[in-house]
Amino acid sequence: MNLDWDIFCRSTTGVDRVTGCFGQGGELSYLQWLISAWGWTATVAVLGFTVALFIGIIVGTLRTLDARPWVSGVATAWVELFRNVPLLVQVFLWYHVAPVFVPVLKAVPSWLLVSVALGLFTSARIAEQVRSGIQSLPRGQRQAALALGLSDTQAYRRVILPVALRVMMPALTSEAMSIVKNSSVAFAVSIAELTQFAMQAQEETARGIEIYLAVTLLYALTAFAVNRLLAVVESRMRVPGIGAVARQEA
Amino acid sequence: MELDLSFFSMDLMRRYVLGGLWFSVQLTVVATLGGLLLGSGLALMRISGQPLLAAAASVYVNVMRSVPLVMVILWFFLLMPFALGRPIGAEWSATVTFIAFEAAFFCEIVRAGIQAIPRGQLQAGMALGMSRAQNLRLVILPQALRHMLPVLVTQVIVLFQDTSLVYAIGAYDLLKGFDVAGKILGRPIEAYLGAAVVYFVICYSLSQLAMRLHARRLT
Repeated sequence: MNLDWDIFCRSTTGVDRVTGCFGQGGELSYLQWLISAWGWTATVAVLGFTVALFIGIIVGTLRTLDARPWVSGVATAWVELFRNVPLLVQVFLWYHVAPVFVPVLKAVPSWLLVSVALGLFTSARIAEQVRSGIQSLPRGQRQAALALGLSDTQAYRRVILPVALRVMMPALTSEAMSIVKNSSVAFAVSIAELTQFAMQAQEETARGIEIYLAVTLLYALTAFAVNRLLAVVESRMRVPGIGAVARQEA
Repeated sequence: MELDLSFFSMDLMRRYVLGGLWFSVQLTVVATLGGLLLGSGLALMRISGQPLLAAAASVYVNVMRSVPLVMVILWFFLLMPFALGRPIGAEWSATVTFIAFEAAFFCEIVRAGIQAIPRGQLQAGMALGMSRAQNLRLVILPQALRHMLPVLVTQVIVLFQDTSLVYAIGAYDLLKGFDVAGKILGRPIEAYLGAAVVYFVICYSLSQLAMRLHARRLT
């Protein structure tokens, strides 16, 4: 089987090869389309992760408030709801169903709706990581904070969460890599991201192997880049004695 | 916006949904059994101590885990007709894909389960004169399986949810059943809500089961 990499220099509107592989004045090559699709994947993944991290930390923290059963009950319901419905179904709900009930959402672009869907789905998973991160800390940490006169909120903000988040870094890293992969469901509502590109370009060019190889490689490279980036973040944030690396060394 | 609850009729179930649900369940069961079998093989390769076998298994596992499942589904759907020399239906393609994909995840679960058994168990077995295979079958695996059970159930829930991704190649599963019904009957809102409820009920029940298994293991 011969691979024809020249396909990426072809124009998306005709059969001609685009000179220099980058089209001028409205003419696009498949390479340009691929790059913009990668941009959409990155956009949806980054937005989704931001939403997931923000909500996940709040919900995960609320789940540990044993003294307020109502609050932790609502947080538990949140987690169960968002992790027991398939991501693809959640994407459909946000795209097709939510705008009917909440008309404001009709003005919201679909890539933003998908990012929110992806973010809320992932928030349930991150909330679980946050909860087990917090529960893995010795109870003495919180008691010491309270004994020093900190309020509950202060104890969480100044003592518990800073430690728990450092302990959680490896788990958060793997969630961030998952969200890059999971962003592929956006194809189902026609976001022009990598998977959508793969399906459409495959159909147009009948060069599925080259197209899929490029897309697969880009996904793997992106996940790897996320992994390295968060490794740098983890080492920058490191405090002696706290975190996974410290535990391994001990 | 008023929901038309008469959409949820026996006729809807019989005509559109049950067939899809049956395929989703079947795909989950087949992929679990096949994936577990293939995954156990991969796990044994990874802990075999043979560098070549271990490397091959680890490359397989890492490649599968670094590619989005949708892309794996598309890859198999593209390549299987080449490999077989004849066209293959979306349902069959999905089945093969899920066995191959889940094997990578079950491999890691089985490996972790085996490695969680203290080495003393293996040494005690050897001291009793058992062969490596006997040790694995009679001492290690029965304990490892019990250890793995809660994690396995959790993975099966994830797998069941992931089967909805066969949407990408148009296989007729639970989601597709509701999708088609919603389009034909002109009630997409009710259809997607119905799909969400059915998935939720199944996955939530399974997750409660996983939690019970987990609690029992700890006591």
